[in-house]
Amino acid sequence: MSASLMSPTITDQPTQQLRDDDPNRSSRGRSALVNCALIAVAAIALIPFWAIFVGTFQDGTNLIRHGLNLGINWDEAGLQNYVMLFTDSGNFFRWFANSVGLTAVQTVLTLFVSAFVAYGFAKYEFRGKIALFITVVLLMTVPFEMMMLPLFSQIHSMGLSNTFVAIFLPFLAAPMTIFFFRQYLTGIPNELLEAGRVDGVSEFGIFFRLVLPLMTPAMAAMAILVGMGAWNNFLWPLLVLRSPEMYTLPVGLNTLLTPYGNNYDLLIVGAFFSLIPILVLFLMFQRFFISGMTAGAVKG
Amino acid sequence: MSTTTEHRTHRTEARVRPAAPRPRRPLSSLFFSQKAAPYLFVLPFIVTFALFWAYPIGRSAVMSTQWIIPGTTEFVGFDNYVRMFNDRLFWLAVGNSLRYMLLTLLLLIPIPMGLAVLVNSKVGSPRIKGFFKSAMFVPALTSVVVAGIIFRLMFSEGESALMNQVIGLFGMEPIRWMRGDITGLIALLVLALWRWTGVNMMYFLAGLQQIPQEHYEAAAIDGATRWQTFRHVTLPALKPTIIFVTTISVFGGLAMFLESFMLWGGNNSPQNIGLTIIGYLYRFGVERNDLGFASAVGVVLLALVLLINLTQLTLTGFFKKEAR
Repeated sequence: MSASLMSPTITDQPTQQLRDDDPNRSSRGRSALVNCALIAVAAIALIPFWAIFVGTFQDGTNLIRHGLNLGINWDEAGLQNYVMLFTDSGNFFRWFANSVGLTAVQTVLTLFVSAFVAYGFAKYEFRGKIALFITVVLLMTVPFEMMMLPLFSQIHSMGLSNTFVAIFLPFLAAPMTIFFFRQYLTGIPNELLEAGRVDGVSEFGIFFRLVLPLMTPAMAAMAILVGMGAWNNFLWPLLVLRSPEMYTLPVGLNTLLTPYGNNYDLLIVGAFFSLIPILVLFLMFQRFFISGMTAGAVKG
Repeated sequence: MSTTTEHRTHRTEARVRPAAPRPRRPLSSLFFSQKAAPYLFVLPFIVTFALFWAYPIGRSAVMSTQWIIPGTTEFVGFDNYVRMFNDRLFWLAVGNSLRYMLLTLLLLIPIPMGLAVLVNSKVGSPRIKGFFKSAMFVPALTSVVVAGIIFRLMFSEGESALMNQVIGLFGMEPIRWMRGDITGLIALLVLALWRWTGVNMMYFLAGLQQIPQEHYEAAAIDGATRWQTFRHVTLPALKPTIIFVTTISVFGGLAMFLESFMLWGGNNSPQNIGLTIIGYLYRFGVERNDLGFASAVGVVLLALVLLINLTQLTLTGFFKKEAR
């Protein structure tokens, strides 16, 4: 580990090399050691994925009773869980479709509404702006869990419980997304907006036609963050949605995890199957995922 | 933040601008007014704040002084608060959340930081590091439900469950993980470590990549050892990242609920070993429908969070920067 504490350039400094008789050989040895350590840690991180993958070929009830491990019990292994998933899985694909649809709608609307608000904060001076922006920042880190009960009774009294709208409506003007977009938008030159005004474009025309197209990189980063949050959202849909055919994937999967369940096969294979879309997207757009999910730290 | 002066010049420019290109009808003039436009832009936030934050919280505050059973509400003053502070279960939940939060801080800052420094160093193959970064990041893509299902089954009681096989390698007997206070906590921490090491490592990597190369060269010229370089160059430069990661971990740790919910298959655990502050809130607000009491709990928690936020913003000089 001491090698890890070293900065890149110092490796090549003569003062350091004096300590080793053969700098090339020792640094190669160190390299091999680091490579092995990294592969080992990465393998550990991937073990749970392997475990659930192997589990999909096993009998679900036995897995619930005895637990998951990395081996395959060949006596009972087979593709029966997959056959069941595609032929007789009840609401599973309905939940899947609900999740896909809700994720798409919530992501697009959140990006749009938050960008709209952020533009107001970034490019105008108006009375009450500071107080309002401080509010945005204060709300940014409030954990949703602490708001869930007041929010739920509000949604209930608005007559929106058990609706899809309730899932995303309270979160469209998202403080975190607004803050990130505002930081990004302050970097856009005011001359551009002035040029638009001189050409007789309305204030909203400037936003839609000049500013929005410039926001693509920030949008990509936030699309990942918001989309991930929406796809994996569990607690809020669990509170709001009541009818099984309206469940999202996480809520539906959770209902299979009861002690009195009789569909543990579906639980395992469904849990694994729900990982696939996001893994495929990650492999395709890895760079955006990493920049999106770390977006908060760099600017914040 | 710093655009105030620029805006002033723009306004004067706008004023000397030649007369409007064409006559406008009243409604469309709203779209051209630089006075009205900002309010329309931030309107969605104002509405959201009023409808989904301020009003519900206000109503919650009122409810926290009431005794609510379906059909009747009765004003009880601060009874709910008194009941909460006298409830041993509440303090158990607070203790569980606090210890989980502190332990995640202890694990999820040094380990990801060390890995980030390792990945950022010139030692080791870049291709393996690329694979390493992806592999570490993938767990963060899983939902708490799927991650919870997998870990619940890996921490099963059976001797063939993965974690019992692992400790078996060290000659230990199978453990009933989720029945014990400490072993349950270990399961929660392993889950947290698995899901968030990669993301935190990326935060630290982003921080490390912003350190100018010259700082290291200067340290080398001064004859600094590796440890001194880390201590006096790397660590101070990572301070903003450390503050950021600490902040999100404090809130994430205190608000932890679903991990426990998934690992114990619900909000009930033996002797409430898995009960967290939010689990307590959920028990009274959702499971027992004791709305007055749950509101009091919620109000205290929200006040606490906002207080922490305000303190932090004051300490980091956010208000001064904004007021400028």
